[in-house]
Amino acid sequence: MCTTCGCEDHAHAPHPKGESSGWFRRVSLERSLLEKNDAFAARNRRHFQERGILALNLVSSPGSGKTSLLVATLERLAGSRPVAVVEGDQQTSRDADRIRAAGAPAIQINTGKGCHLDAHGVEHAILDLAPEDGALVFIENVGNLVCPAPFDLGENHKVVILSVTEGEDKPLKYPDMFAAADLMLLNKVDLLPHVDFDEEACLGFAKRVNPSLDVIRTSARSGEGLQAWIDWILARSAALAR
Amino acid sequence: MHEMSLMVSMLEIIEDQARQEGFRRVTRVTLEIGQMAGVDPEAMRFAFEAGTLDSVAEGAELIIEETLGRARCPACGLEAPVEVFYEPCAACGQAPQEIIAGRAMRIVSLDVD
Ligand SMILES: Nc1nc2c(ncn2[C@@H]2O[C@H](COP(=O)(O)OP(=O)(O)OP(=O)(O)O)[C@@H](O)[C@H]2O)c(=O)[nH]1
Ligand SMILES: [Mg+2]
Ligand SMILES: [Zn+2]
Repeated sequence: MCTTCGCEDHAHAPHPKGESSGWFRRVSLERSLLEKNDAFAARNRRHFQERGILALNLVSSPGSGKTSLLVATLERLAGSRPVAVVEGDQQTSRDADRIRAAGAPAIQINTGKGCHLDAHGVEHAILDLAPEDGALVFIENVGNLVCPAPFDLGENHKVVILSVTEGEDKPLKYPDMFAAADLMLLNKVDLLPHVDFDEEACLGFAKRVNPSLDVIRTSARSGEGLQAWIDWILARSAALAR
Repeated sequence: MHEMSLMVSMLEIIEDQARQEGFRRVTRVTLEIGQMAGVDPEAMRFAFEAGTLDSVAEGAELIIEETLGRARCPACGLEAPVEVFYEPCAACGQAPQEIIAGRAMRIVSLDVD
């Protein structure tokens, strides 16, 4: 095509004025901006599948209690299952340290300015962690209710954590994340007496965005709901083995 | 601001294409961004300016074609525009509907020298 006149004909004589030759070529691509991430994610998924590994991608806004829930979960699993944890944060290895203190192998990925984990980074962490066949792999994403949503990591399920201090309207405000998840953990339910959180409205909003979303009420503090969450995990892990 | 990492992916695709097709300079990049893709076109433009410095696409014009959301109702077959993906069908109330347009984020074409 010609920039000066927009014609499709490459054969006519160049336009006389202007510094550029006026000629360019248009290359049609139709390539997704997510294609590379999706390819790594597919590779991770194959890796997990071949080894009977259940991988969960934990997503939420900062401070909803992802690490606290993981620590409490690992304590309850108490070595009954092989586990591995990938921790994503922009800075520090504090969360990985908390996981290791709970007795599980963990690798911290610092994303720097990046606001989400990507499938390539997770692949490296998984290769380093080398989880056993049949392991439970927990991937704690960077605390952010928006950016991690479009980036598939190769997980079996996304688990979205919403704490009762964040407000009941979050599923409607950040629908992509709640739509992409298979389970919502409604965390910090021990604080319900202290906040004006409309639980019924919250569940209504969540189901509106994602009618097939499972919901478990949890408290990492009191331990409420943790057995139901562990049962949810173990049922999905058992389904893989079959 | 995941637009920055989308921009990195975009540059990888462009550099890759430049090697394959042997062009040295990109003068225009046309992107399709669906209105329900969760991508902010303004943030994308900002990331493009910063991200293309010292690349084959430095100084290139960025065209963003925003495509509108469209859904097809699995129950009654109605096809209609939507703004949020969980909107129920206007005719029969069915939700969720099948989203048939408006979630893409892709490079459509490159103008190259
Ligand atoms: N009361 C109460 N506090 C909790 C609960 N779960 C977590 N917290 C507190 O909430 C704060 C944040 O918890 P974290 O586990 O660090 O949250 P996170 O989601 O891992 O945070 P980031 O990784 O920074 O996004 C801490 O002060 C926890 O002690 C809970 O169930 N009840
Ligand atoms: Mg954490
Ligand atoms: Zn309908």
